[in-house]
Amino acid sequence: MSSDEPRQTIYDSTAPSTDTRDARIGEGVDDRFNSKLREAFGASPFILTKFDEFMNWVRGNSMFMLQFGIACCSIEMMHTYAIKHDLDRFGAGVPRASPRQADVMIVPGTIVSKFGPRMKRVYDQMPEPKFVVGMGSCTISGGPFQEGYNVVKGAEEIIPIDIHVPGCPPRPEALLYGVLKLQERIRNGESSAVVVKPYELEEFGDLPKDELVQKLADQIDDDDLVMRYNWADSP
Amino acid sequence: MSTGTEPETEPEAELTEPGSETDEAALESLLGERAIARDDHLNAPGFVINPNDVQSVLSDLRDEAGYDHLSCVTAQQYEDRYESIYHMKKFADPTDEVSIVVPTTVDNPVSQSAEPVFRTADWHEREAYDLVGVEYEDHPDLRRILLPETWQGHPLSKDYDQEKPQLVTLTEHQNPIQPDHRDAESDTMFLNIGPHHPATHGVLHVKTVLDGETVADVEPDIGYLHRCEEQMCEQGTYRHQIMPYPDRWDYVSAGLLNEWAYARAIEDLADIEVPEYAQIIRTMGSELCRIASHMLALGTFALDVYGEFTATFMYTFRDREVIQDILEDLTGQRMMFNYFRVGGVAWDLPEPREEFFEQTREFLNELPTKVGEYNDLITGNEIFQTRCIDTGVLETEVAKDYGCTGPVARGSGVDYDLRRDDPYGYYEQLDWDVITRDGCDNYARVLCRMEEVEESAKIIEQCLDLLEDWPEDERDVQANVPRTLKPDAGTEIYRAVEGAKGELGIYIRSDGSDKPGRFKIRSPCFSNLQALEEMSEGEYIPDLIASLGSLDIVLGEVDR
Repeated sequence: MSSDEPRQTIYDSTAPSTDTRDARIGEGVDDRFNSKLREAFGASPFILTKFDEFMNWVRGNSMFMLQFGIACCSIEMMHTYAIKHDLDRFGAGVPRASPRQADVMIVPGTIVSKFGPRMKRVYDQMPEPKFVVGMGSCTISGGPFQEGYNVVKGAEEIIPIDIHVPGCPPRPEALLYGVLKLQERIRNGESSAVVVKPYELEEFGDLPKDELVQKLADQIDDDDLVMRYNWADSP
Repeated sequence: MSTGTEPETEPEAELTEPGSETDEAALESLLGERAIARDDHLNAPGFVINPNDVQSVLSDLRDEAGYDHLSCVTAQQYEDRYESIYHMKKFADPTDEVSIVVPTTVDNPVSQSAEPVFRTADWHEREAYDLVGVEYEDHPDLRRILLPETWQGHPLSKDYDQEKPQLVTLTEHQNPIQPDHRDAESDTMFLNIGPHHPATHGVLHVKTVLDGETVADVEPDIGYLHRCEEQMCEQGTYRHQIMPYPDRWDYVSAGLLNEWAYARAIEDLADIEVPEYAQIIRTMGSELCRIASHMLALGTFALDVYGEFTATFMYTFRDREVIQDILEDLTGQRMMFNYFRVGGVAWDLPEPREEFFEQTREFLNELPTKVGEYNDLITGNEIFQTRCIDTGVLETEVAKDYGCTGPVARGSGVDYDLRRDDPYGYYEQLDWDVITRDGCDNYARVLCRMEEVEESAKIIEQCLDLLEDWPEDERDVQANVPRTLKPDAGTEIYRAVEGAKGELGIYIRSDGSDKPGRFKIRSPCFSNLQALEEMSEGEYIPDLIASLGSLDIVLGEVDR
């Protein structure tokens, strides 16, 4: 932030670089202040940014996962949390047992008809802004169980998904990559809940936006939300 | 199939043949008039009985002939009839089997329930009703078990229309918290645990009724991960398309153990001899899987009892990572191995072999230290002992009644392990012990698993020695298996192996094509979970959680 040049630390020592600071404000009072953060801020003890961007940066770097195990993928998800892969290194590895405390949900497994409504409920209970990582083939399309009579053909039938991680199951490294990508998108302000499915956009593409929203809203019966699990007829 | 061709079946069946001749005569006289025909399966003699004789026949078989283990109930629909098959065994000798076949008409598929005789029949018959549509008279609680209450039709019956959309309304599954209430009259409280709850090991829903802090009633509600495994297997060809699915039943890295269940059933059905070398690799791989699976059981159990992400959990995952690395070298995948083939395994040990041996031996050498660590951390811990000893008690006879198998049964003093009692693979030639504990409580089950880990290590060690010395030109990893397998139409077999959680059985009926006519999975967790009610009633709610953890259920296998 203080320079256009790559910082010395990127290609050289990983110790905090103190050149700029030393030149401008002299040596720090105490070694405790020579942190990476201080270095990022440069000599000036403040930075100017938009509040939105600051919030995105904060959100991306401090994510609380929902402890949400469904099927096979949840075992690899646990491995991602646990020793060796340690998702916590990236500020995203403290699973919360309650959806009220979580802001990222990893959907690790096959969604079946009986569980679909429950998953939606858990998703609804999470506070905004919330993000979803779909883990494994089952959350993309139903995966190897796609032809099953009871299997929902992808978690996106029920909740919006920000990042899909393919694999059956994905390796922990793949999930890590997915989470990092999500963080990157959040930091750049690119990730927001997609509530309208792509094919719905196509279907209602001609309508002006307000009508579209109204039309979708009209379809929802608050008292009795009905979910359809056979999408053979959908586009 | 007719009895005439039976002596030509696989050698294992022949071994049991001499004794079973007299047994069959005894059985015939025991059943007398009630046996209206014979319908022999490859693994056992089968007797056809009338739908209203079920209870008397099964109780006679249990009390007079000693068939005290109702292993599985298979239901299926033929063109002209529905059929329920009760696969019975003896806990003392699981090779002594008998199948009771109960046909009912298509118009009126009503059959007597076996629930009054065997408690385990409760869920099995509910599943048969749910998926196939056979109705059971006298059943205490015949309703859907795996599918939502609103489901239309029975998906494994002949007239089921897959294309028909199913509607599942949110009202049906509305706020699970809402019905939590105090009962005004009896002063009890209803509480939902799950289906999304960290202590339920997946998506299990436990409906509990509390009296103060004591559990008055428990009812596990399953089906939140019912992904139609049986249908998937019925759609696949025997040769290659079925094998990937077993990995996903018990997905806690127990893939090879599950694959063996299918491999054993199809190899016996199609009469395929597996090369000895492949059997040793299978045995070694399976035991590695068993260790990985028991490690996870241990780690999550500590999580249930102690709290969140404690040392034990991280330690067990550290060890699992090592095993998964070894298995990845062997099979190419961390979890969903798809390594077994019909008639052998996919490929030989990875090159360089020395490195593989070295790596595996290193793991085995470190294991005793690690087990010592676990003993310090968990089993020797006073708090842990207070939580586990004498909680979740499952008496021996009750465990048998519920068809419990695996470490759950062995922790209750049932000396039953298919690796020894119904030998397959290379287990018979190796030197190892079956662990049993008489504690009947949560603690006994945990100890049982931990000691089994050491026994598995012993088996792997011996397998490694054998593999290392195996002559290079005799390393056959696969038998010569035809490209397309088409077992004779009407051949039926029920074969079980000792999975990580217990007896994992597969029933296959061939319809003459290259795909199974009926594929039924007998999941150990399904039967074990039923016993939760028995274990936790009258105990505190934390003990219910501990009992659930010590049952070590995997919902993928419970719901299939």
